[in-house]
Amino acid sequence: MNAPVPRNLTKADFTSDQTVRWCPGCGDYSILSNVQKVFPELGVPRENIVFISGIGCSSRFPYYMNTYGMHTIHGRAPAFATGLKIARPELSLWLVTGDGDGLSIGGNHLFHILRRNVDVNILLFNNRVYGLTKGQSSPTSEFGMVTKSTPGGAFDQPVRPVSFALSSGATFVARALDTDPKGLQAVFKAAAAHHGTAFVEILQNCPIFNEGTWDSITERSLREDRLVRLEAGKPLVFGKDRNKGIRLRGLKPMVVEFDPEQVPTDLLYHDPEDDMYSHIVSQFDHPDYPVPLGVIHQVERSTHEDTILEREHLQREQKGMGDLKALIRGQQAWTVN
Amino acid sequence: MTTLHAVPRTELQTVTVRFAGDSGDGMQLTGSQFTSTAAFIGNDISTFPDFPAEIRAPAGTLAGVSGFMLGFSSQDIHTTGDFANVLVAMNPAALKVSLMDLEKGGIVIVNSDNFSKNDLRKAEYKENPLEDGSLENYRVVPIPISSLTIKATEDSGLSHKEAGRSKNFFALGALCWLFDRPLDYTLEWIASKFKNRPEVCKANTQALNAGFNFGLNTEVFQESYRVRPAKMPAGEYRQITGNQALSYGVVAAAKQSGRTVLYASYPITPASDVLHELARHKHFGVRILQAEDEIAAMSAAIGASFGGALGVSGTSGPGLDLKSEALGYAVMTELPVVLLNIQRGGPSTGLPTKTEQSDLLAALYGRHGECPIPIVAPCTPGDCFLMALEAFRIAINYMTPVILLSDNSLANGAEPWRLPDLSTLPDLTPNFRTEAEGFHPYLRDPETHARPWALPGTPGLEHRLGGLEKDHDSGNINYEPENHERMVRVREAKIQAVAKTLAPLEVMGPKQNEVLVVTWGSSYGPSRSAVEKLQAQGQPVSLLVLRHLNPLPEDLGTVLANFRHIFVPEMNRGQLAHVLRAEFLVDAISFHKVQGRPFQITEIEHRIRALLRKSRPKAEAVD
Repeated sequence: MNAPVPRNLTKADFTSDQTVRWCPGCGDYSILSNVQKVFPELGVPRENIVFISGIGCSSRFPYYMNTYGMHTIHGRAPAFATGLKIARPELSLWLVTGDGDGLSIGGNHLFHILRRNVDVNILLFNNRVYGLTKGQSSPTSEFGMVTKSTPGGAFDQPVRPVSFALSSGATFVARALDTDPKGLQAVFKAAAAHHGTAFVEILQNCPIFNEGTWDSITERSLREDRLVRLEAGKPLVFGKDRNKGIRLRGLKPMVVEFDPEQVPTDLLYHDPEDDMYSHIVSQFDHPDYPVPLGVIHQVERSTHEDTILEREHLQREQKGMGDLKALIRGQQAWTVN
Repeated sequence: MTTLHAVPRTELQTVTVRFAGDSGDGMQLTGSQFTSTAAFIGNDISTFPDFPAEIRAPAGTLAGVSGFMLGFSSQDIHTTGDFANVLVAMNPAALKVSLMDLEKGGIVIVNSDNFSKNDLRKAEYKENPLEDGSLENYRVVPIPISSLTIKATEDSGLSHKEAGRSKNFFALGALCWLFDRPLDYTLEWIASKFKNRPEVCKANTQALNAGFNFGLNTEVFQESYRVRPAKMPAGEYRQITGNQALSYGVVAAAKQSGRTVLYASYPITPASDVLHELARHKHFGVRILQAEDEIAAMSAAIGASFGGALGVSGTSGPGLDLKSEALGYAVMTELPVVLLNIQRGGPSTGLPTKTEQSDLLAALYGRHGECPIPIVAPCTPGDCFLMALEAFRIAINYMTPVILLSDNSLANGAEPWRLPDLSTLPDLTPNFRTEAEGFHPYLRDPETHARPWALPGTPGLEHRLGGLEKDHDSGNINYEPENHERMVRVREAKIQAVAKTLAPLEVMGPKQNEVLVVTWGSSYGPSRSAVEKLQAQGQPVSLLVLRHLNPLPEDLGTVLANFRHIFVPEMNRGQLAHVLRAEFLVDAISFHKVQGRPFQITEIEHRIRALLRKSRPKAEAVD
């Protein structure tokens, strides 16, 4: 076959020939565009990238990426990805899921891929509603949200994806906004660089069934006061005037205001490697706290597939590549003449 | 049935022994050691372990009885035999549960230490059966096995309680004397198994010897028996269970294909032993995922196949239900993957440790949509090895999921297995697509109808698979009416094409005859024995075993047409018979049994005799 000519890839190289069929104004367009924009910078050959998804609006994603891809069955994408990664650890795996696919029907699989720390980058598009099935409540729907399946308002406790991921033992947890290209690209790069499962929640708008679901924190005039951008080693400072921060009183975080010229020294500093701290920050939510964006938690732990390979290698050192004849013969064979 | 004659050291052809005790008494171990010795001596053997679903039901109760039946013979045998000639019962519950499996006049060895009032109450006996005359049709040999074991192991260094656990070896020793079996084989096994626990090693050795000497020195048994080696084809043999053979088949598939295997499975009886066995063979390139559930296991296997590994999962009935959606996905995406389904009694949780063949229709039709999947079925424990390789051959060559149907009695039953010549195993090297020029993900091989297997990592072949209907050529999403019909038909034609590669069917007996017994899976054993018996008496009966259940062999219709009666014994309510009727419009006569136990030879034999009587003038009938 023709040897591939090494060249610099562009956004066009990652764009497939399939027509994108999300609804006009869907947040998924921006996420797709930013993925395609950032991928040439990752330095991974296109043929080594696999996008895997489940079922739902977000799960159409692989069809639009000109890489290898699998649009799998509802909720099970983490299991397909785990199998593929064990078979082919050198591949770069990206998993696209939603709040229904990932946290409802696929909750068990999401929990286990995080716990196992399989080196897969997971993008969970959270629009707090079922889109493809036309507007039922999802596990992230807010209390009281009126949907076709909850005409009297949703009444189950909504799950916070980043807290779920942390409690599942995730080694990388981040959050980004569909309308924030800079934030999306930074988080994608950080996820790609992380060795282990990288979990990214993307707050995404569904213009048809949940229009404006994130407006209370993302509306232009409000967002600087309602979001906090996390930077490792920096204090948690936010606000249009950079005059707000978080301080711990005991285990209770408090929002404090100060003179931006005199930033207090006892503010909470962002330390994504600290377990306890990450759990506290992951719980920040509107209206009591600013919603954190960026990398919430990142630690190193050996991956599931690394351990499998190590043990395979070790067993081969001790026993060689395996003698089939000796294996099936066993220890107690006998001969009939 | 063989009977025992009251002559010292009598020659016997076939003997059936049943060991029964509490789940924790070590009866499975005793049985398998006695089996190993018989195999080593050169007898043909067949075993049937039979244990409860409870790990340790309350000691001494009927629910907790674990049994192991062994047939050993100087002839070629295919089942354990219908009834035991000798029963070893370690307590009253074991006696009560097993008595129906003992022939009239058979020997019952009981551990008389375990027949206290309390033991009898737990076994729901009102009177002591050793004293009330209810066993007068049997030859009862009460031996105080527990106390003799404790006495024999006094200097082993173990406490009485610990040493008492060696009582199963005492029983084994006594049986070895009774059937003139050497102890060396078991002594060697004990020495290697317990090499890190010298006291246990010593106690077991002492108990085994004591049991043997008890037979030798006392006059409890009035005779002993000998079963000569069977005449078997020359070659090297080992004893093997179906689950072992399946596991080795999976390892062999890794070797024969040069690919990594991913065995992804969720623990389930009776398939878990395959997981345990394969977990020990990492160096062969077998990777293991103990998945979070059955669905994940199937999905992970398919994911691995997309990457060019051999994806395999193993399960039993309830897991088969859960895996159906993922199997349908593998049908749609046309990826090679193998599912080992070890059938057990159903529906629902059913009879987890008992045997049944009732998943055939589920394997054939248990998915939504038109969703054909090839099905293969081994018919003996050793056959599981070759049929596992056959499943991979079909999966790889036809880019399809394949279901292998084993069952609990194949999985746990053992037989002597002549080691295959490895040079005759099929070459499973996949033909991966690497050429980018002219690559269409769903363009097919004209002969097999298989689409190309193109692996991530290959430049220029980037493509997307999914469960939505595919364009017949590009594999892109396509909802057009004609395309869907075309794809449904081509998926069907692809599976049918497998039939072209199957060897001609071999009928055992005349190819034109009165009755053809059509069998599959573990029902083959008792069916074959019954047919052999009838044939020896000149009855017009032939036998056919089907190892490919989808697609059915191309010559099956012709074979069936040459018989007046098609007789199908199955451990279900007539599933294969149903398929044969539907496919060939033949009046297949179903003989079914769903008791969680294999057929007895005589049950099948009697049914066939009845059939022959009906079909011929009375004067000709032989019975």
